[in-house]
Amino acid sequence: MKPPPFDYYAPRDVEEALALLERFGSDARVLAGGQSLVPLMNMRLAAPQQIVDINQIASLDYIEEHDGYLCIGALARHRTIEQSPLVAARCPLLSEAVRFIGHTQVRTRGTIGGSMAHADPAAEYPVVLATFDGVIIAQSSRDQRSIGWQQFFLGPYTVDLQPDEMVMEIRLRKPLQPAACAFFELSRRHGDFALVEASVQLEVDSAGACADVQIALGGVGGAPVRATSAEHYLCWRHVNQTHCKQAAALAAEELEPDDDLHASAEYRKQMASLLVTRALTQAANLAVRPNR
Amino acid sequence: MARSLDIRVRVNGTVYERSIEARKLLVDFIRDDLGLTGTHIGCEHGVCGACTVLLNGEPSQSCLIFAVQADGAEIISVEGLRRGHLLHPLQEAFSTAHGLQCGFCTPGMLLSAAYLLQTNPDPSEQDIRLALSGNICRCTGYVNIVKAVQTAARALKVRETDD
Repeated sequence: MKPPPFDYYAPRDVEEALALLERFGSDARVLAGGQSLVPLMNMRLAAPQQIVDINQIASLDYIEEHDGYLCIGALARHRTIEQSPLVAARCPLLSEAVRFIGHTQVRTRGTIGGSMAHADPAAEYPVVLATFDGVIIAQSSRDQRSIGWQQFFLGPYTVDLQPDEMVMEIRLRKPLQPAACAFFELSRRHGDFALVEASVQLEVDSAGACADVQIALGGVGGAPVRATSAEHYLCWRHVNQTHCKQAAALAAEELEPDDDLHASAEYRKQMASLLVTRALTQAANLAVRPNR
Repeated sequence: MARSLDIRVRVNGTVYERSIEARKLLVDFIRDDLGLTGTHIGCEHGVCGACTVLLNGEPSQSCLIFAVQADGAEIISVEGLRRGHLLHPLQEAFSTAHGLQCGFCTPGMLLSAAYLLQTNPDPSEQDIRLALSGNICRCTGYVNIVKAVQTAARALKVRETDD
């Protein structure tokens, strides 16, 4: 089908965009890469009265590092992130995850801010954000907020954003051992929506014990989840196959995925355990052990 | 602001200026307003890749972009691949390697493949399959499509070494 009619605005700067959102409230939608909003409009599942196209706001398209954080502007495209040497050096987990997003045609247009605001339960970025305890910077004409990922992702396609607010920046704390990471995803075919995603960032000390670990999962509920008991289990333990498997089993145990057309809840849990084991194993192999 | 806007785009080297409705999809603009019907509309929600064009040099699905957003852009559609009467080596190869049956997906396949060969002149089979993973063909099973891209890659390489 064709999208319903709307009034089109293409603000040149952030102030103008925020003024439009303040004026139109929930009748308006922000258009970034359009890879989720436009299909919804074509299928008439969304019918915004006003479209605020932010593609001309060049100041929202950046990847920088500040004070131990990797800061990514809302308008950074998946393709830019995929090819960014800075991301590859400071946060290779993100470089790995972004390759699972759709296909080339989707990655040339889609943006990180759009993906976060859309909050598809099978999306990749929210899982990366959860792994690094990242924050979303949102702004309105009134004020600016820094929102932790737990507060931001409220459920499927539901985030803590007011109608007059816009995602400005995604902020991730840079890991101490950036290389020791892994992102695994199971889907029916490459680029399709994920059935399960497992994301691991690991820090291994000189004795081969786990000094710090973050394990996050996606596609197994309405919002990304952190496997905290698995993390607690693995910390200070020697990173070996037995302990990785046990941690993965703990991670899967806590999940409460839904049954759907694509996979049963039980299958998703089994695959979550398998993917976390693989991710931990790969991260352990990549871990740089200091003083060795 | 208006629901109708003036845009200026360069498609296959020709500049077009038109007044269009804001909700008009780029693919409908290319087909209906410009009469370039080589670009196909399949799923109309960004899944099949039949409407793929090169937007400022990068493959994009023209069913997920409003034509107003392409104001000032440079677009290459399947009609822009050939040079005069000469087919692009990819088009030749799709013909000789039987890389199409009904041909519906072919325009999108060609543009995705053209972008691949621009960025990676010597792709592996895996590279080709990944690059075309956003384009769905319901006839061929992809084997001959992959062969066609390999054939075209070789043909383009021979031309380069000739120069």
